[in-house]
Amino acid sequence: MTPADFDHLTVDDVSRHFGRRRALSHISFRADRGAILGLLGPNGAGKSTMLALLATLLRPTSGRIRYGDGGAAGAALRAAIGVLGHDVFLYPELTARENLEFFAGLYGIADLGAAASRALETAGLAGRGNDAVSSFSRGMRQRVALERALIHQPRLVLLDEPFTGLDDASAEALGRRLTGLRAGGAIVILATHDLDLAQGLLDRAVFLRDGRVVHAADRPDALRAMYRDLMARVGTAADAPDLTSR
Amino acid sequence: MFGRIVWLVLRKDFMIEVRSLETAYTMLFFAISCVLVFAFALVQEGRAPEGGAAGILWIAIAFAGTLALGRTFERERQAETLRALLLAPAARPAVYLGKLLGIVALLSAAETVLVPLVALLFQAPLLAHPIWLALILLTGTVGFAAVGTLFAAMLIRARSRDVLLPVLLYPITVPVIIAGVRATSVLLEPDVNTGFLQVWLALLVCFDVVFVTLALWTFEPLMTD
Repeated sequence: MTPADFDHLTVDDVSRHFGRRRALSHISFRADRGAILGLLGPNGAGKSTMLALLATLLRPTSGRIRYGDGGAAGAALRAAIGVLGHDVFLYPELTARENLEFFAGLYGIADLGAAASRALETAGLAGRGNDAVSSFSRGMRQRVALERALIHQPRLVLLDEPFTGLDDASAEALGRRLTGLRAGGAIVILATHDLDLAQGLLDRAVFLRDGRVVHAADRPDALRAMYRDLMARVGTAADAPDLTSR
Repeated sequence: MFGRIVWLVLRKDFMIEVRSLETAYTMLFFAISCVLVFAFALVQEGRAPEGGAAGILWIAIAFAGTLALGRTFERERQAETLRALLLAPAARPAVYLGKLLGIVALLSAAETVLVPLVALLFQAPLLAHPIWLALILLTGTVGFAAVGTLFAAMLIRARSRDVLLPVLLYPITVPVIIAGVRATSVLLEPDVNTGFLQVWLALLVCFDVVFVTLALWTFEPLMTD
């Protein structure tokens, strides 16, 4: 199957409700190739729901998400998306190699062994490929999980709190990997509340609070000060800017 | 591609089960306990009630199957790997079929222990017609697992999934269990009426075709959103 190709994605007035609970309300933004967009906000702001919508795991209650010009859908679209969730999406009983080969197979990669070897090499775990994932530290699991998400070289990379539980060295390595993806032309969207680690990494920051966009900034610096200031204010519908055009 | 996905999912589930043997042990322990309890309760002075063996065998299979279904999908829930399966561009019916075959294989393995045990404790000639018995067990197991796999996958996010699974599963699979029991009972008679046997078997095959087709058809929409 040929993965869909697109050079940007547009979130256009998207809302998502779970029953009577409103998780996201009138969200709009745009993300482009070769850039890292950060979804920032406190717990419960709607970051993970937004990522689930972008990953096609959920459907918007209203509004639209367009991948490129909007033609991409279904399996071809899913083939172009890589997701690193808050959980690692790995089978603990299987070895790192077996996990990677399994997911490479699901994405239709022909040479599973070679794909897994490449991924293990990139993760710096070539020597531990035959060890069960259950024996790995959190950082090692996260590295395998990231390579699992990227094994099919996706155009759109979605990461949910990717720095959680990582030590400084692993966080730095992850940062380098993300900048590598940006250089390679991927659209990278990460949801995090770890502003220190996100600092210097993001090309664009979209601040969410209570399911609404409260601010967006290009090439943001002093993220923590900006975040503290924004979160001190109560976001209202009137505050939400239209971020679909750059 | 469809067949490859089925094989990958089946092989993955098999490797996990071989490493942990968790589901197999739990399922077997429960099923054997169940058969033993019925044997102590129903076999009096070395004589078992007529046709009782068929019912006990299918009760044990249904209970063991429910445990296996719950445990298999609990694994996918713990590390959120079901999400990863659904995120992949793989055909979702292929994922369903892979899971279904894994459950059928697991239950078939349990049946190879349960059949001789029930035959021994209830002095039932279950193994007198091994091919007929294998056909009945296979068709019954497929029908039960087809519905069970769909429901277990649907309920993966439900908080009370352990309660809901049997509540939903047993009423729907009652026809399969009844047909399985009746067909197995025919096998236990001194003169096996192959005409009757074929009718029950045909019924089981019909259930399988309907349930598997419905499940393949509904798995994708049910697992989306």
